Amino acid sequence: MSISARGIATSVLCFFLITIYKNKKLWYNILKTKTEVQIILKQLFLHSKKYLKECICGPLFKLFEASFELCVPLVMKQIIDRGIGEGDKNYIIRMSLVLVLLGVAGLISTVIAQYFSAKAAVGTVASMKSALFRHIQSLSYTELDRVGTSTIITRMTSDANQLQNGMNLTLRLFMRSPFIVFGAMIMAFTIDTKSALSFAAVIPALSVVVFGIMLLCIPLYRRVQQRLDSVLLHTRENLTGVRVIRAFRREEAEVSSFEGKTEELCSEQVRVGKISALMNPLTYVLINLAVLVLIYTGAIQVNSGKLTQGDVIALYNYMSQILIELVKFASLIITITKSVACEHRIEKLFMTQSSMELCENGRTPENVGNIVFENVSFTYCGSPEPVLEDICFEAKAGETIGIIGGTGSGKSSLVNLIPRFYDATKGRILVDGVDVKELDLDALREKIGVVPQKAVLFGGTIKENLLWGNKNADEDTIEEALNASQSAEFVAKKENGINSLLEQGGKNLSGGQRQRLTVARALVRRPEVLILDDSTSALDFATDASLRASIANLPYNPTVFIVSQRTSSLMSADKIIVLDDGKQVGLGSHAELLESCSVYREIHESQFKKEGEKI
Amino acid sequence: MKKDKKAPSGLRKSVQVLPDVLRFLRPYRALTLLSVLLSAISVFLTLYLPILIGDAIDLIIDKGKVDFEGIVPLLVRAAVCILMTALVTWIVTTVNNKITFDVIRDVRKAAFSKLQRLPLSFLDKTPTGDIVSRVISDVDTFADGLLLGFTQFFTGALTILGTLFFMFTLSPLIALIVVVLTPLSLFVARFVSTRTYEMFKAQSETRGEQTVLIDEAIGSQKVVQAFSQGEALQEQFDEINERLVKCSLKATFFSSLVNPCTRFVNSVVYAAVGCFGAIAVVGGWGVFGSMSVGTLSCFLSYANQYTKPFNEISGVVTELQNSLACARRIFDFIEEEPLAPDSEDAFVIENAEGNVEIDNVCFSYDKNRKLIENLNLSVKKGQRVAIVGPTGCGKTTVINLLMRFYDVDAGAISLDGKDIRNITTPSLRGSYGMVLQETWLRSGTVRDNIKMGNPDACDEDVVAAAKAAHAHSFIKRLPEGYDTFIGEGGAELSQGQKQLLCIARVMLALPPMLILDEATSSIDTRTETKIQKAFATMMQGRTSFIVAHRLSTIREADVILVMKNGNVIEKGTHAELLCANGFYAELYNSQFARCSNL
Repeated sequence: MSISARGIATSVLCFFLITIYKNKKLWYNILKTKTEVQIILKQLFLHSKKYLKECICGPLFKLFEASFELCVPLVMKQIIDRGIGEGDKNYIIRMSLVLVLLGVAGLISTVIAQYFSAKAAVGTVASMKSALFRHIQSLSYTELDRVGTSTIITRMTSDANQLQNGMNLTLRLFMRSPFIVFGAMIMAFTIDTKSALSFAAVIPALSVVVFGIMLLCIPLYRRVQQRLDSVLLHTRENLTGVRVIRAFRREEAEVSSFEGKTEELCSEQVRVGKISALMNPLTYVLINLAVLVLIYTGAIQVNSGKLTQGDVIALYNYMSQILIELVKFASLIITITKSVACEHRIEKLFMTQSSMELCENGRTPENVGNIVFENVSFTYCGSPEPVLEDICFEAKAGETIGIIGGTGSGKSSLVNLIPRFYDATKGRILVDGVDVKELDLDALREKIGVVPQKAVLFGGTIKENLLWGNKNADEDTIEEALNASQSAEFVAKKENGINSLLEQGGKNLSGGQRQRLTVARALVRRPEVLILDDSTSALDFATDASLRASIANLPYNPTVFIVSQRTSSLMSADKIIVLDDGKQVGLGSHAELLESCSVYREIHESQFKKEGEKI
Repeated sequence: MKKDKKAPSGLRKSVQVLPDVLRFLRPYRALTLLSVLLSAISVFLTLYLPILIGDAIDLIIDKGKVDFEGIVPLLVRAAVCILMTALVTWIVTTVNNKITFDVIRDVRKAAFSKLQRLPLSFLDKTPTGDIVSRVISDVDTFADGLLLGFTQFFTGALTILGTLFFMFTLSPLIALIVVVLTPLSLFVARFVSTRTYEMFKAQSETRGEQTVLIDEAIGSQKVVQAFSQGEALQEQFDEINERLVKCSLKATFFSSLVNPCTRFVNSVVYAAVGCFGAIAVVGGWGVFGSMSVGTLSCFLSYANQYTKPFNEISGVVTELQNSLACARRIFDFIEEEPLAPDSEDAFVIENAEGNVEIDNVCFSYDKNRKLIENLNLSVKKGQRVAIVGPTGCGKTTVINLLMRFYDVDAGAISLDGKDIRNITTPSLRGSYGMVLQETWLRSGTVRDNIKMGNPDACDEDVVAAAKAAHAHSFIKRLPEGYDTFIGEGGAELSQGQKQLLCIARVMLALPPMLILDEATSSIDTRTETKIQKAFATMMQGRTSFIVAHRLSTIREADVILVMKNGNVIEKGTHAELLCANGFYAELYNSQFARCSNL
């Protein structure tokens, strides 16, 4: 009888293990979106190695606590069977003290476990973040374009935080809950095999319910999230586009389209709600019906003298413990699923490698001002069409090179190749006669002053921002840069002058002031090559003209590349490169191009309607 | 301590939001009542079960002393009780979900339709992210916290009362022991959470500091690399990271002590119940009265259940406070003063002539900083008005006033002789076609975006408009032509392409008047020339206002307004202004300063 019961128990246990295993596989499938499962947690493991001790001690002490908790029903059984059975009051008091002691031991172990878990999680994630930050510095522009900065920021902030929470919870609970569930079952088996069978039956049933409902809900929740995203997008669009929407009198249409979206969201939420609402009642029914079965079989066993009343109560208590732990475990799985997804996203960022091959022991360039483009073509990663095709020109030290062309004709892309922000896909770029790929990248960039199209400054003082150009710059150099960039006047007007604080992004300056400071920042390094990428668009004509004049008169006479859409800004350039849809359609001085290049002439005439007027 | 003093007033303030909440709950009165009623039933049933089981255990005494005839009916009754509890719980949860999600939806709808009626002065000064988070996450937090929190609170309180009731009827003295001991766990939780408040504050401050750095360094990573500042930033990052590890560890560790501590209190309660209960069963100390083993087991399961709602309630209280604060934010938004609706007798303008009079208009965004003062301008039908001047001189403001995005502070603007405040806003705005400096596209197909100008337009019209705006050729080259999906903000398109689409949008609408704000600033001059030819056709006979930096764009204007610091300092045609040799002439000549050096 008892042997066959054991046989049944084992087979039920096997079924349970298989269910868990199957669920696990399914769970993995959810996570395994694109990459291989094997490498999914590589970085996490790498960084948690430093906290190996904590990672082991956390769960270990949690297990101690769980073991103490599992002892409680046994002690209670003793109180009932021996204490009450023999009427021994002292024994009852002694045993109750044992219960309190078990509580104390549990408390101490948990506190230790919580400490180790917190330390491991916080430390691991911090170390990952630091490594990630370093990793991003190593990416080239190509990867930054592809991944997108807002994505990277999310990875480093909210994803990292969620990972930290998830890891902390996992270390604390992942071992504990199954341990209690199995432990309770094993304890039940030690009390009475026959009665324990209802445990063996109810645990798989509970797992099926809990994990089944969860698995059903996960894709539904994803849909809820999508609907919510679309509601969010709609709200944000209506805010950013409020003028357009009102100008086109679309208010009513927007409201009804929004209402449709919230309706969809709401019905989706109600649908998930109906399913997830099944979880509690179903588990309640299962566990309590099992309790009833337990009491009935217990009654039979007691009647035949195989069990005591205390045993039945102990079994009953174990059953209650299982339910609580299983529900906890289910919610833990959700948290873990989310954090693993976060980790996976972080991992993918780690796997993004710079596509630029850096030259070991690269040469330090001498005369950066001499630049030659030899049949250079360039295609952005993922784009089918090249943005630049077959560009050839030569710039000699001290010359001013203008670059002009329509929107999207490749002007910015061309200048971005000079400091090697991107690598040319075809052809060569020679700096001082040497291919840029053979030069020491830092040494090259140090000698080039770039003024990007978008004026970006950083939080800190004006001076700190300028020192980005050259941290050893002296007062004179800074003053020279401020004067040349036409910023001296407005900087002097600031309360603290050059030590005035800028907000993040330099938001407390006007667009024109920001642009002038970015020019100053580039000039502080007294560059051998200065690149102005349409960087004076926010300046009025007068300021723009004086800026150009003072750049032309810089004492160290850099090679200047000016990207512009106005021919007036480029007229005095030594050479002008005319780009049309990525192709070089003209090269020469203003006068030459007016003669020979129809595109240039067209551009020029569109800006100076009547030829010869006042020029 | 300081926090405690503040809390009541903050709480009172947030409680004031309750009438608003109730207003949104009113349609769901019946459901709410049902939910409350059923929760009470479910609590009662849940508490009744241990008694039945206890009774059953009492019938299992020893070998040969088991009363099967008594047990079976008890178990049957228990089974019915269990099934009923499950059914009732499911209904309660479903009903609560229904109420919560429907209220969320209703509040969002109210907020969104409010958004359409708010003045731009409010929307301009409130950050987009702030409003979005009110409509999205605040509504969620409020509904989750307040509605689910309320039910949790309600069932929790009911469970406590019910348990007390059952315990006192079963054994008053042991019940008293439980009552005395349990508040300990509340006290412990309170103790820990007040201690950790400061730690969490430190953590979120340090985290904020780190986010700012990440934001800057990653957001402008290209500049960072161009100036090789990576190493310096890494040092800064690591320094903050170190500090964050310390505060994070503290906050995480100490806050995670709440659970073990309350659990410890629970186990003390459990031990006490076990001890005194067992003694009572033995009948040792008379005062405890006598008790059966079944009652003891029932007590033990109560002792386990009883502390749970306490923990939940203490969690719910902070959540409730939080959700009330969120409710405050969302209802503040909903109750924001809307624009006055157009008066009943407002004129509806169709096919406006385009005579615009600006009469002594004063306006400023900020009462302390004067902007436009005594602006006068008379524009005849079909004239082109160009507005030029340095950044921040008030050019865009004029447009805000013309479209009545803002109302003038003094003076009046009239269209065809009617004060624009007496014209219905839809018909006023419909008279203008507008291309703004900041191109705005919505997520949707290219066609959807162009069709915003005229939702009833047919496909041929859309293509014709795109051709007129010189957008057709690039649209054709997009992967799916006019059906190409554009993400939020049109991220896939270049600035120039976006502007072309905005122009196509206006081309499709063909309104009687035009407003072009820096409309061509990002388009190369060759395309611009083409567009301007198209514009010239479109502007034929239409009053147009053009804001631009480029002099070539405005040379052909009938009137040029030169603005500086909110005032029109010069007014006239290109030739007149050059002759006057004033500010305009200075601007104009500066463009050629370098050329004359040649």
